[in-house]
Amino acid sequence: MDGDLVLLLNGIVSGLLLGGLYAAAAAGLAVSFGMLDIVNIAHPALMVAGGFLVVLIGTALGLDPLLAALLLAVPFYFLGVAIYTFYHHFFERRGDEALQGLAFFFGVMFIIEVGLVMGFGPEQRFLDPPYAFITWRIGEIDIPLRMLAPALLAMAAIGALWLFLRRSFTGLAISAVAQDAEALRLMAVDPVRIKRLAFGLSVGLAAIAGGALVVVQPVEPSSGQVFIGRVFAVCIMGGMGSLPGCILAAFLFGVVENVTASFYGPSWSPAVAFGWLLLVLAVRPQGLFGKLA
Amino acid sequence: MTRMTRRALGRLAAGATVLAAAPGLSFAQGSNPLRIGYSMSLSGGLAPNGRSSLLAHRIWQEDVNARGGILGRPVELVYYDDQSSPANVPGLYTKLLDVDRVDMVTSSYATVMIAPSMPVVMQRNMCYVTLLGAGVNEAFKYDRYFNMNVTGDDIRANYAKGFLDVAARLPTPPRSIAILAVDNEFAQKAAESARYLSKQRGLRIVYDRSYPPTTVDFTPTLRSIQSARPDLIFIGSYPPDSNGILRAASELRITAQMFGGGMIGPQIAAVQAQLGPILNNLVTWDIYSPEPTMDFPGIRAFQEKYRARAVQEQVDVLGNYLQPYAYAQMQVVEQALNRVGKLDQAALAKDMHASTFNTVVGDIRFGIHGEWAEPRNLLVQFQGIRDGDLEKYKKPGAKVILFPENLKSGELRIPYGVPA
Repeated sequence: MDGDLVLLLNGIVSGLLLGGLYAAAAAGLAVSFGMLDIVNIAHPALMVAGGFLVVLIGTALGLDPLLAALLLAVPFYFLGVAIYTFYHHFFERRGDEALQGLAFFFGVMFIIEVGLVMGFGPEQRFLDPPYAFITWRIGEIDIPLRMLAPALLAMAAIGALWLFLRRSFTGLAISAVAQDAEALRLMAVDPVRIKRLAFGLSVGLAAIAGGALVVVQPVEPSSGQVFIGRVFAVCIMGGMGSLPGCILAAFLFGVVENVTASFYGPSWSPAVAFGWLLLVLAVRPQGLFGKLA
Repeated sequence: MTRMTRRALGRLAAGATVLAAAPGLSFAQGSNPLRIGYSMSLSGGLAPNGRSSLLAHRIWQEDVNARGGILGRPVELVYYDDQSSPANVPGLYTKLLDVDRVDMVTSSYATVMIAPSMPVVMQRNMCYVTLLGAGVNEAFKYDRYFNMNVTGDDIRANYAKGFLDVAARLPTPPRSIAILAVDNEFAQKAAESARYLSKQRGLRIVYDRSYPPTTVDFTPTLRSIQSARPDLIFIGSYPPDSNGILRAASELRITAQMFGGGMIGPQIAAVQAQLGPILNNLVTWDIYSPEPTMDFPGIRAFQEKYRARAVQEQVDVLGNYLQPYAYAQMQVVEQALNRVGKLDQAALAKDMHASTFNTVVGDIRFGIHGEWAEPRNLLVQFQGIRDGDLEKYKKPGAKVILFPENLKSGELRIPYGVPA
């Protein structure tokens, strides 16, 4: 096979796998930022906190990091409920959610980072399952399980959430609260309760993303900073609250980054990927799957 | 139940801010202590090296105070967390010098944190002993600057010399080289050195690119390098990128006669534990290895004390990288003060330029611009690594020194990319 074609195919495949990680990181934000209009800038930090706890639990119990992440999603759901309750009580209820709410989540982000340094130390933490050192080779295409397994878990988790949002009453209420909270109240549904639940789910997804991250690379307290720009870009490009849009945008972001790195060097990757974001927004201001208001 | 008002929350936040901004004071016994001030990266990306450097400084402080202090005064360390943010550094040094009125200043780890402190330190005419800067004084030309780093005055001519000198002795002389470096000052200087020396030696540069520090997946980059088929691969990387690069190289089964060059990361215990045999035959720049040729007076005693506390302090458990240099940084201050006998900054600078310092990292002399007069860039190779157990790194043999000749402790094994 032609060398450039091999580079291109591998760039696309590795980009899709990388997109799986980005989708895991951005899906929770698609719920909190896209559906609930809460600018949770601490979401990547929560993901990293999830990664640290996955290492802790996985090491203590001898569990696979992805399985540990699924277990951790439950307490993280309740953590999300607690964070939203606090946020609602002190900011949203008073109508201070715009600037002060953003400052609140900045604060949460710094507290998490410093808390991780204090609790775990600044060193890298890792938990490598045995399959993380296996690479499948199909023809000229390499598929490292280190990237494939987290991407598959991310797709499964996002798929389950999508079904929940589309098929259950509560899920439909979450979609509705994003559009018109007052209308929901008229139907005897408490929008605050629904938002609390949805925010809990978004933080639960951060735990799963943390497990995915641990399989891909070691984590350190400041690892979340690498992802802040990307997850917001993916969320916006996908169409804010759209989970299929989030997945598609994440794949697009990953493929553009890796194909660019293959042919033009990694320095150009972020510029070209964010250039695509601008291009998509120029053509479709509502994002790939978003609807115009 | 009392409801927490926003005002109460504000007070709580203000209290927390005051606590967070409070300096780290390491109090010594007795009065009128001699105070050494510096910023240190205790949080943020540089915290792993910052916190372990601080432990080394505290061990030195305990040692020197046990000997009666300096100039008859107990030593006190005054340090603030710069949060790995260069923007915080000038303000912290202004506070250390104008408000805390420390007697001496030293630096945090790394070029990016040293450079922003220079104007403040220079304005007050202070002697400044820094830790692992790279060419910081090239622009400032400050005659009271002294840097604890092995790179010497001319990084371009020295940094990659070991890699290319060793490569020149390969059974099949290399003809091509690939260069990849992260977009930061130190790695770019490393890459520039590799570029400059490769051209001098007639090597064809078949790949020469940079990558941003936010890169997550190195697979496409390494595949591009692989497709260029270089004999040598020179990487200037920082953790955690080094992990990603070496994992990708392993997944793609990349082989080269020599792979590595200027990677920062494989020197760190956590990276060695994670990567295990992936490190095998990697050759890279280093500053210390526990080989018999580097068994300097005091190094073992220091490492014993360091390792006894490292686990509890949650820092690098081996102390085989910058930690001995952090201890030696303070030994330079101590020896100069003891020789001069007073806090006269001009006299201290004159002494530092003229004297040899006996430290746990060997005897040191400083050159005209404050760098080591004799550069000592090591090129080490990981050999016989079969797992991530860290005990082997406490003994000779796991990380042998290939360059320079006077410290050499083993022979090069090739190629990179084969199991142990």
